[in-house]
Amino acid sequence: MLKRSLQIFFVCFAAFTMMAADNSTTRLDHIGHKLVCQCGCGQILMECNHVGCPVSGPMIDTLRTQLAAGQSEGAILDSFIAKYGPIVLAAPIRGGFDNVAWIVPYASFLLGTLGVAFLIRFWHRRYNRLNPASALPIPPATPNPMRDRIRRDTDYLD
Amino acid sequence: MPSFGELSLYIALILCVYTLLSGSFALWAISTGRQLAISAEHLRETSRRAGLASFLCVSCAAFALTYASFTNDYSVDYILHHTNRALPWYYKFSALWSGQEGSLLLWAWLLAAYGFVLRLRHKVDITLSAYASTILSAVQVFFLLLLVVAAPPFSLVPGGIAPKDGFGLNPLLQYPEMVIHPPMLYLGYVGFSVPFAFALGALMMRYPGEKWIHITRRWTMVTWLFLTCGICLGMHWAYAVLGWGGYWGWDPVENASFLPWLTGTAFLHSVMMQEKRGMMKGWNVWLIFSTFMLSILGTLLTRSGIVSSVHAFAQSSIGTWFTTFLVITALVCLFTFFYQRDHLKAENRLESLVSRESSFLFNNLILLLACFTVLWGTLFPVLSEFVQGSKVTMGPPFFNRVAVPVGLALIFLTGIGPLLPWRSTSLRAIRRNFILPCIAIVGTALILIACGVRPWKDDDATATIYALVCFSLSAGVITSITSEFLRGAGVVRTQTGKNLFTSMFTLVRRNTRRYGGYFIHFGVIVMFIGLSGSAFNQSKELEMGLGDSIQLNGYKLICQSYTQDSNPNYDTDYALLDVYHGNKKITQLAPERRFYNASQQTDTVVAIHSTLARDIYVVFEGRNPETDRPIIKVYLNPLVNWIWIGVGVIIFGTFIALVPPFKPTNRRPENPQPETRDSQPISKLPTPVLATAASSGAPHA
Repeated sequence: MLKRSLQIFFVCFAAFTMMAADNSTTRLDHIGHKLVCQCGCGQILMECNHVGCPVSGPMIDTLRTQLAAGQSEGAILDSFIAKYGPIVLAAPIRGGFDNVAWIVPYASFLLGTLGVAFLIRFWHRRYNRLNPASALPIPPATPNPMRDRIRRDTDYLD
Repeated sequence: MPSFGELSLYIALILCVYTLLSGSFALWAISTGRQLAISAEHLRETSRRAGLASFLCVSCAAFALTYASFTNDYSVDYILHHTNRALPWYYKFSALWSGQEGSLLLWAWLLAAYGFVLRLRHKVDITLSAYASTILSAVQVFFLLLLVVAAPPFSLVPGGIAPKDGFGLNPLLQYPEMVIHPPMLYLGYVGFSVPFAFALGALMMRYPGEKWIHITRRWTMVTWLFLTCGICLGMHWAYAVLGWGGYWGWDPVENASFLPWLTGTAFLHSVMMQEKRGMMKGWNVWLIFSTFMLSILGTLLTRSGIVSSVHAFAQSSIGTWFTTFLVITALVCLFTFFYQRDHLKAENRLESLVSRESSFLFNNLILLLACFTVLWGTLFPVLSEFVQGSKVTMGPPFFNRVAVPVGLALIFLTGIGPLLPWRSTSLRAIRRNFILPCIAIVGTALILIACGVRPWKDDDATATIYALVCFSLSAGVITSITSEFLRGAGVVRTQTGKNLFTSMFTLVRRNTRRYGGYFIHFGVIVMFIGLSGSAFNQSKELEMGLGDSIQLNGYKLICQSYTQDSNPNYDTDYALLDVYHGNKKITQLAPERRFYNASQQTDTVVAIHSTLARDIYVVFEGRNPETDRPIIKVYLNPLVNWIWIGVGVIIFGTFIALVPPFKPTNRRPENPQPETRDSQPISKLPTPVLATAASSGAPHA
């Protein structure tokens, strides 16, 4: 049951994160946020706030024209890459080596989590091997003057 | 005055070289028992005094540059390029750190100041302080060499004829926060040199026990606080000055400041494992080494031109210097670690799979993963150029997608970590303590969905679902923190008969470190809530004539006038806009665009109306050259104020954690006993234990 719930959760999560805006009115904004203004400000194309910027205005106009011509997102991005180079993309999305940029953080997250879980399990097993008595269930804490005294004396360490 | 400054730097360099050499010889003689021509202890003392004197010399150099700035001494090249006569006095003061050479001088001065305090307080542990002082002097030698050879701040203008006026300060830096943001950031960067020096020194001398951690704890916390304030002031500056409606753009310079903060935060958490359980010694040493090296790496990245950044004012050719220093530091750290690694064996082992120790391990994992992700994203353009021959941009779309899930995992751990006891716990205790936070998480998610936060209906579903998860987890964490406070205060109230507020005050006084930490966690959560608000940002841009209006989500801005003004420093264009919510006028905003005469550069001055719910953020983008009418862009940014409030709570919490706890007399034993299973959060203690401890007057937390 728990497994099935987790599966449903992950499918829903993936569906949400992969949803993309398909509305034609938002396509300009959507694609414009995948590009960087090439005036040197380093800002996302649709967020470049320089009035009279010699670059962002013509770039947005080109984008508008290509959208009006019914070009696909891939074709539009390719045309911008051909003109300005891959640096025009706000994130590396060309495939090939660009995929490494995305895979490495997630892979390290996965490997790191598994590694720490494995380490904790390993340490715990070793501790139990070295201290067999500690493998027994922990008795519930009960009022005990001696233990209270020890706790009081070690409280300052917290 | 320039000659005086230059001479001061030379003398400071000589003194630091002496501190390094004499300190090294003295410590070598003491550790090996060799006899020198003079007593090793005496030599060590002269080394310390030379280190103290170096602070005075660097202070003289910093004073000389500031004096040159205030007296408009344009014979100094640095002053010529970073000030002008019309510049207000406070910006003349901040000119000290507005360029490459000046900021390096500030770095050297702060380092000398930290060294001064360390050497004054040497009696806390004379030998360990001598090691730390010697290591710190090596770092000082590097920065002073940079100032003397590679980036001299007192260079005279070519030809020797001083112009009548300077070129002015970068307009982006002419903002009040810029007077304190760089020093705060540098206090953070430079401050990590002290715990680094203590850690390396303790390892070199095989320092017994964990006393070096107790000595450096306050240093590390204060440094961490400075870095936190520096980063947040930078965020606020970016928000209020750059005029793009955001506060964090994942620029390499921003990332560079974030990297040591992440490892420093990991160190502050994992160091507790060493203090309380004698575990993770090697790990902690490497965390502090990494934090120091990341401070240097950040400087290398942003000043060498390796990565492109909008903070280009500080780029130069000193990258080789920093690379060399970084390599030497890494080699020294590696050698010392491997040479002394048997000294770092853990005294205890992990006893339970679910415990505070495990949560700290995962906390460290998440913080280091965040650090790695940010570093990876910052350096990937360099790697891409090397592999593919072309650079790529790693902008907000990349970082938001990969870093936000890591941030959410961190919130999750912030909630569960403090609820787990040291050593071990039981399933029943877990169930008992996590039920309330879980209810808060699910309840908040349902309420938000009912209120209209529905990712499946949004264009940007990813951002909305991240925000929904963040709000829900935050509610869980706040519930767990609040319940810890209330239960603890309840025990004190039973014990003392005082009211809840007084009981809470007493509780915090008894364990400032734990409850200060809870305040910091609370501040971080408040910040996260504010950051999540960006998922719901809205904006609109319009050319506005007199009487024209712009409407955005129930707000209406009417242009009352637009005009020009000027003063000796700049000319300004501004518009006056009345802001209405419904039919009620709530404020008048005056966004500006300035043209600075000396530097011939323009700059925006954003007008912001802040409330707890949202900011109305208005930018005067310029005038349409054809109609001469202003172009106004309005942003509605929800919850931004929560970020700054969160920072305030973090600062408050850090101050509390720094205050020594109040302990009733006869509480501290001479030989502390190891921790027991009963030393656990308030919420884990069964009621009878609480009652017993309360009656005996013992603090639980």
